[in-house]
Amino acid sequence: MAIFTIPHVKINGISACVPKNTIRSEDESVLVGEGAQNFIKMTGIEQRRKADDMTCSSDLCVASAEKILADLKWDRRDIDLLVFVTQTPDYPIPATACTIQRRLELPSSCCAFDINLGCSGWVYGLSVISALLSRGLKKGLLLVGDTVLKFSSKEDKSTYPLFGDAGSATALSYEPSASGLSFDLNTDGEGYKAIRIDDGGYRNPVTKESFVVHERENGIKSNQLQMKLDGMDVFSFGISRAPESVSNLLMANKLTEKNIDFFLFHQANMFMNEKIRKKLKLPAEKVPYSINKFGNTSCASIPLTMVNNLHAQLISKDLTIVGCGFGVGLSWGSVLFTTEKIIVPELLEI
Amino acid sequence: MDINEFVKKFAEQFDETDLTEFKVDTKYHELDEWSSMTSLAIIAMIDEEYSVKIKGDDIRNSKTIEDLYKIVESRK
Repeated sequence: MAIFTIPHVKINGISACVPKNTIRSEDESVLVGEGAQNFIKMTGIEQRRKADDMTCSSDLCVASAEKILADLKWDRRDIDLLVFVTQTPDYPIPATACTIQRRLELPSSCCAFDINLGCSGWVYGLSVISALLSRGLKKGLLLVGDTVLKFSSKEDKSTYPLFGDAGSATALSYEPSASGLSFDLNTDGEGYKAIRIDDGGYRNPVTKESFVVHERENGIKSNQLQMKLDGMDVFSFGISRAPESVSNLLMANKLTEKNIDFFLFHQANMFMNEKIRKKLKLPAEKVPYSINKFGNTSCASIPLTMVNNLHAQLISKDLTIVGCGFGVGLSWGSVLFTTEKIIVPELLEI
Repeated sequence: MDINEFVKKFAEQFDETDLTEFKVDTKYHELDEWSSMTSLAIIAMIDEEYSVKIKGDDIRNSKTIEDLYKIVESRK
C-alpha cells in the first residue's frame, strides 16, 4: 500500500481554463435513439466544452499557468519545476513540458517533463511535484489537462457524450513550516484494456486498417485510433477502489469525515460518483460536482471542480481537503492537503 | 445466499418491467428495458448487497439471472 506523507510543501494557487465552445447533451446526435434525457439523468452531464482543432491541452494549461503566475506575482526565474500531466500531448515527441517551458519563459534551470495518466493524473502529479519540492526546490507548476474529445468518436455513445476538454495549473512551493500532503496511490494493470486506444503506439503502429470504423455494439462506432471504454468494468472498479482509497488515507492519517471540509472526486459520471459518496457516507454538501457543466474532463476534473465550485471558500478560508482520482490504467489515488486562503482566479475561457 | 432473494433484488433495479417477468431463468439481455444503465445498476446492487465485484464480461457472458447468481455465489 503506497501511503506516504510529503512534508514542507504547500499549494499556493489553482487556476483552470476551458474552451468557449459548449455542447449540450440534448443536441448530441449519438444520444437520439437512447434518449438524451435518460443520459442526463444517469450521468448528470447537461453540457460540456470542446476545444477547436487549433487548441491543444497545452494551450488550456498555458493560459491557466499565465493567469496563476500573474495573480501570485511569482518571479518566473524562481520556478524550478514544471510537470505536465496529459494523454493528449502536442507531439509524440518531444515531451510537451519542454515546449511549455519555452512558452512560459521559464529558466533553463527548470526541470520539466510529462506524465501520461488520465483521471488519476492530478493526484499523481501532485505526489511527484511535492516529492521534488520537499527536497528544497523553490517553486513548481503542475499543469494538468486533456482534450479527450479529440480521440473520441462522435458515433460512440459510450465515450463521446461523457467527456469534455479542460486544462489547469496548480502552483506549489517549498515551505519549511508547511504540513505537506499525504497520498495513497495504486495501480491495477490487469484492467489496462478497460480504457484504451489500440493503435498508434509501437505495439500496434498505424496502418490503413487503423482508420476503418467498426460498430462493436449498437451506437458504438469507432476506429482503432479512437478511445474504447468498457463502462461496466470502469464502473465496477470505481465504486470499489475509490471509496477504499479514501478510507485508507483517512485511517492512515487518523482522521474521519468530520475533519474534512470537502471531498473532491474525479468527475466520472453522477451515478458512479453518488455510489462512491454514499458508500463513504459523506454528506452531499461536502462533495461538490462540476460534471453537469463540464462532463468528465479526465485529469483536469478535480482542479476544475475546485475553481468552478469552491472558488469563494478557497480564497477566504483555510480548508482541509481530500481529492480522489480513478480511471485509465487502471490507476487510482487519493490526496489529503490543507489550503490557507490560496489564490484562485475565476475560471478562464479561451 | 438465496436465489429468489437475488432475483427480487435484480428486478428492483428496473422501473418499467413488471416484477413477474423476472424468473431464475429469465434471459435478461432480452428484456426491453435492459440497457447500459440497468447493467450498471445491477453491478452496483451486487456490490452493495453481496460485496462482490462484477466485471463487464460477467454481465455480457451470462445469459440468465441464475448464471449471474452463480458467479456472485462463487466469489462470496
